[in-house]
Amino acid sequence: MALGGGYFKTTYASDLALVDTRLRRVALAALVAALLVLPRLTSSFVLDLAAQVALAAIGALALNVLTGLAGQISLGHAGFICAGAFTTAALVEYGVRSPWAALAGAAAVGAALGLMVGIPSLRLRGLYLALGTLAMHHVVLYVASELQSRWGANTGYSIPPPRVGALTLRGTVTWYYVLTGLAALTLCFAANLQRSRAGRAWMAIRDREIAAASVGIDVARYKVLAFVCSSMVTSVAGALFAFQRGFVSVEAFGFLVTVEYIAMIIIGGLGSALGAVLGAAFVTLLPYVIDALVAGLKLQAGAEYYLFPAKFGAFGLLMALFLVFEPQGLVGIWRRVRNWFLLWPFRYRPLRSTS
Amino acid sequence: MAQVLATTLVVASLYALLAAGYVLVYRASRVLNLAQGDMLTLGGYLLFAVAANVGGGPVLAIPVAAALAALTGFLIYLVLMRPMAGHPVFAAVLVTVTLGILLRAAIVLVFTDQIRHPAQLLGLGNPPRRLPGGAVVSTFDVLTVLTAAALFAGLFLFLRLSPLGIQMRAAGERALLASQRGIDFHRLFALAWALAALSGALAGILYSSNVRLEPSLDVLGLKAFAVALVGGLDSLGGVIPAAILVALIEVLTVRYGNPLLSDVSPFLCLLAMLLVRPWGLFGTREELERV
Repeated sequence: MALGGGYFKTTYASDLALVDTRLRRVALAALVAALLVLPRLTSSFVLDLAAQVALAAIGALALNVLTGLAGQISLGHAGFICAGAFTTAALVEYGVRSPWAALAGAAAVGAALGLMVGIPSLRLRGLYLALGTLAMHHVVLYVASELQSRWGANTGYSIPPPRVGALTLRGTVTWYYVLTGLAALTLCFAANLQRSRAGRAWMAIRDREIAAASVGIDVARYKVLAFVCSSMVTSVAGALFAFQRGFVSVEAFGFLVTVEYIAMIIIGGLGSALGAVLGAAFVTLLPYVIDALVAGLKLQAGAEYYLFPAKFGAFGLLMALFLVFEPQGLVGIWRRVRNWFLLWPFRYRPLRSTS
Repeated sequence: MAQVLATTLVVASLYALLAAGYVLVYRASRVLNLAQGDMLTLGGYLLFAVAANVGGGPVLAIPVAAALAALTGFLIYLVLMRPMAGHPVFAAVLVTVTLGILLRAAIVLVFTDQIRHPAQLLGLGNPPRRLPGGAVVSTFDVLTVLTAAALFAGLFLFLRLSPLGIQMRAAGERALLASQRGIDFHRLFALAWALAALSGALAGILYSSNVRLEPSLDVLGLKAFAVALVGGLDSLGGVIPAAILVALIEVLTVRYGNPLLSDVSPFLCLLAMLLVRPWGLFGTREELERV
């Protein structure tokens, strides 16, 4: 099997390529083909799940840029999502017909919020920064609930399906394609960002801020840039959430949502774009898997009541187990398994590759 | 005016009880315990469980519930937090988040999410009391203020006079030096967690007897967190003025602003503090550089 060594490149082009060997190209083509034909094969329930995973992946990739790459802790992720969703809702409510304009508005608000949180991050570190973002989350939620109670119908805003050109985005299949496509785009963006100047600067800042500054990285600029990038993408994810659901209410953006996103990037593996996607799939699908398991058990009536707290507890337990026993996350497990098969009968690579 | 002051004092006492838990754990191990709000619900539900199953009146039920909560805090340290020693602080903070999730799930599993009133179960009334100056507060309001005062007095005496308390201060001040003098850190951390759970549970016992008991009360924990930061995360003495300040702002916004805004006012205080003086009113300045 040729997976590429990571350290033996003969041309500049092969160094730049994201997918560098034939096996990888074939696997990627097979994956894309499978995603394209999926709507013909499965029920709309599965498609809806896939769309949810894709949406969560966009948010998780954005959080991964901030926390995994730049090492800046955010407890306000749900606040940024909420900001995007409510900006979209408010813009649509006041007659902005074009979804592009709404998305751009959400991105602008997200970037502005990122700037507002990013600037104190120059002074604050670690936990103190996390607290600032937590406070920001509550302030955003307050503004949103004021909007909702003053101008929206009291329970929330409803949003008509957006029209792009002649096409109205409505129905499970359409949204599956839209969200999966956008998630793939975000994945490419995140993977390339990681390899770019900014990504390398962020990783240097994450690993040792003083050392990063001493090799000429403008720490202040890159920190703020990480916040702006991350919150912009997060806001767009919020806007997409609003369009897909067609309904926005403050209740959907509690602190638990933040915890879920943090769980995604931790369970997936911090600092890895693939990990963010795997984690998003894991955390999104976990409740449904538990549902299926319980349905298979055929419990007596009345047991459904315990399902919700049981799911909630399983989620907390898994997160704790990953934190304590597998800090590398799913990506770490995947790499270990892959390397075991690749290297068998040997135990180590001759040289450590970067992939 | 007297009513505003009285209400402020009551709210401040509740926040101070909760914030003491944050500060105790933070001073000992630099870990922020984001599950402190769930310690509050835990205390309330322990009281409910003891009252429902054991009975024996408030004189027995309240101390038993408080002791069980302290024991839970000790176990939490042993099972969840001790394995995190040596891991990055942020990972430990996330473990406290998952702890909050687990506690909440366990509470809903065992007790369901109905609203409960443990005080009724114990046969306690909550008659209003008229204070000099015309303010009216409930009996449990008075008890909350008295408990907070007693807890803080006890903590100050403990930290100032007892050998264990002095060790705790030493460990909080210079961890390395303290460990070289043979201070057993894990014992201190376990004690800090037990005390934090105890103070949170006291807040929960009082609040649930006074108002109501439901799993979503853990929001109060986040508000008290703003209090801990405004006072300075490593300063137990700072909690009291900070609690009064934050509570006063909150009570005034309820009275003259709107209730939605009052819910976020502690977080606005927190943001303002982070911008102006991130180490808090009475915190140590180097603290910020160390984390």
